[in-house]
Amino acid sequence: MKKLLVVLLSILCVLSLAGCSNGGNGGGNSGEDAPAADETVYVKLGCSGPLSGDAKVYGEAVRNAAQIAVDEINASDSNIKFEFNMADDEADGEKAVSAYSSLYDWGMQVSLFTVTSGSGAAVAANYDEDKIFAITPSGSATALVYTAEKNFPGNFQMCFTDPNQGVASADYMAEHFADKKIGIIYKSDDVYSAGVYEKFMSEAAAKNLNVVYKDGAFTNDSATDFSTQLTAAKDAGADLVFLPIYYQPASLILKQASDMGYAPTFFGVDGMDGILTLEGFDTSLAEGLYLLTPFAADADDELTKHFVDAYVSAHGETPNQFAADAYDCVYAIHQALENIGYNSMYSTNALYDDMIAQFTTMTFNGLTGENMTWAENGEVSKAPKAVIIENGVYVSAD
Amino acid sequence: MKNILTNLFNKKNRGRTLSFIIVILAYAGIEILTHSVRVSRLFTSLLVPTCCYIVLALSLNLVVGFSGELSLGHAGFMAIGAFTAVCVSGLIGSVIVNDILRLIISIIAGCVVSGIFGLIISVPVLKLSGDYLAIVTLAFGQIIKSLINNIFFGYDANGLQFSFVNNSLELQNGKMLLSGPMGATDTAKISNFTAGIILILITLYVIYSLIDSKYGRTIMAARDNRIAAESIGVNISKTKTLAFVISASLAGAAGALYALNYSTLQPSKFDFNTSILVLVYVVFGGLGNINGTMISTTVLYILPELLRSLRDYRMLIYAVVLIVVMQVTNSARVRELVNRISSKVFKKREVRL
Repeated sequence: MKKLLVVLLSILCVLSLAGCSNGGNGGGNSGEDAPAADETVYVKLGCSGPLSGDAKVYGEAVRNAAQIAVDEINASDSNIKFEFNMADDEADGEKAVSAYSSLYDWGMQVSLFTVTSGSGAAVAANYDEDKIFAITPSGSATALVYTAEKNFPGNFQMCFTDPNQGVASADYMAEHFADKKIGIIYKSDDVYSAGVYEKFMSEAAAKNLNVVYKDGAFTNDSATDFSTQLTAAKDAGADLVFLPIYYQPASLILKQASDMGYAPTFFGVDGMDGILTLEGFDTSLAEGLYLLTPFAADADDELTKHFVDAYVSAHGETPNQFAADAYDCVYAIHQALENIGYNSMYSTNALYDDMIAQFTTMTFNGLTGENMTWAENGEVSKAPKAVIIENGVYVSAD
Repeated sequence: MKNILTNLFNKKNRGRTLSFIIVILAYAGIEILTHSVRVSRLFTSLLVPTCCYIVLALSLNLVVGFSGELSLGHAGFMAIGAFTAVCVSGLIGSVIVNDILRLIISIIAGCVVSGIFGLIISVPVLKLSGDYLAIVTLAFGQIIKSLINNIFFGYDANGLQFSFVNNSLELQNGKMLLSGPMGATDTAKISNFTAGIILILITLYVIYSLIDSKYGRTIMAARDNRIAAESIGVNISKTKTLAFVISASLAGAAGALYALNYSTLQPSKFDFNTSILVLVYVVFGGLGNINGTMISTTVLYILPELLRSLRDYRMLIYAVVLIVVMQVTNSARVRELVNRISSKVFKKREVRL
């Protein structure tokens, strides 16, 4: 008898989940009358990213920055305002599908896609099938916007793709460090790092870069001790070490290299951004570190200053590139919505088509670049900035 | 007719019949629901993975509950099944157009390959017991993940191409099936809920047939008292191998169904945490308790999704619920209280918890 009770209870539990559906996907399309000129419309903006688990710093950066942008827009006199909903996907493909589904049930109309690449690849096809326009702030794998078999026309990226970062790094080195011997340490079980590495290697071969050490792979399980890779790089005579990895392992590499008296030029990509704000990290170790990033928190243009001030006062820390990209995404979506003259008469499909047409033609100026444009395949075109860390701040390095 | 019915519900078969009834009723209920009202997307998206995790938990229960060996590498078998199925499905995709046939072949392939790995692993593993076995299975899970992380596999006009550690494949108009840490991409999503339910039913049939057979009794005898069992001539290593291999192949089948439900799949999914998650389902439902395992898996898998509205507190509440339920169901005082209440309500003296 008790078992039966348990069964009934669990079935109830399941059914209650099924009953959660009510939002549907026709939000914003209620009135049939012509819209008044000054009518305010709310657009449901969804996003999924890790808010728990290992990668939660990235998800929180995106959420905080997107929220700042949404609040600013909603406080402005624009008629197009946002309702923002961020779902937790734990940076996991399986959870990302659930998170996407819950956002769909909520009635998401446009989306900031996902924060991480792995999650994004898992739901890229879903966005495409349901025709929901999405632009990711930080999911840099190409699988988010196109695969070998098909292009997802409504999926866009605000950040550089992994291949582009690899190519841009190799090009920069060919221009500025042509005579250096290059060593590479990368994370082989990470889509981002392996993706950058692969393209860097092929571009390096094309540009005749002198890569003396290329087997410095590590994995998530061995991301604490880099003495083997550093010793091998040193023995190979590398005087420039390329680190296409995130800043946490990079901080350990800098520390361990300094401990063993190895002082090559270190060169990172956008994942390196954030190393100066890492708690407990001696920033003097990062002196002379080059990185290719679209955003520098110390830049002195108006927009950056405004954003950094808003972020610091709200969250007490300096925003990183994830945050800047998310802020740009919200404003880019808003700009596109303004351009197409979005109103409550729009159907979801028309919104999708017009947003694609808008994004492939418009130019956007934001925190992470001037005159950004988007290609048909969803990749962004903006100039990567190389910065060098001097006296604990980013200085433009050209 | 009456004979069959009484046979189905006699003391020996009651548990088995109840399991099948639960699954079939749940299937019927959900099918009626999805076809009559508009159910949420979240609900439909959870159906297939729930089935996969139920099969996984049931197969792990065979090792942990019935065979009494702690295995911490079950995600490894799931991974083998998953990536085998993705490759097979990708390879036969152009030949076999029928999705159902393609799904069946892929699942069988995942099941067989995973079973073979189970057999290979069982040779060194089952010589050990207790903590040692747990450590070796843990290592096995990690090894599998690392191996798949380094495999690059694809095909083109020249046939199958394979490389290890560094991607040296240059495909002419071909397709990458596995690309190292990026795993499988562009997988055809051919899994469905009905297939999941059928897989659960097959799993139940296999497990019940095994534990009700002579082998099943020797497996449990070996678990309860190894020395006594050996003294009456039970071949311990053979019975344990049998349970382990069946468990591995069922986990492979679950992995296959799982993989074909998503368009992309990365090896990093099958880490230690996934093994532990499934183990939690098993322990939560009760070691050796099949219905309990199915129910606990469903509840624990769906709970975090139900809690989405709590936002930041979601994982906190989930953890608290886990701890509370584990504590409550194991507390003697609560059990006694429940017994007293239920005996009053149902006018029965003895109620099993």
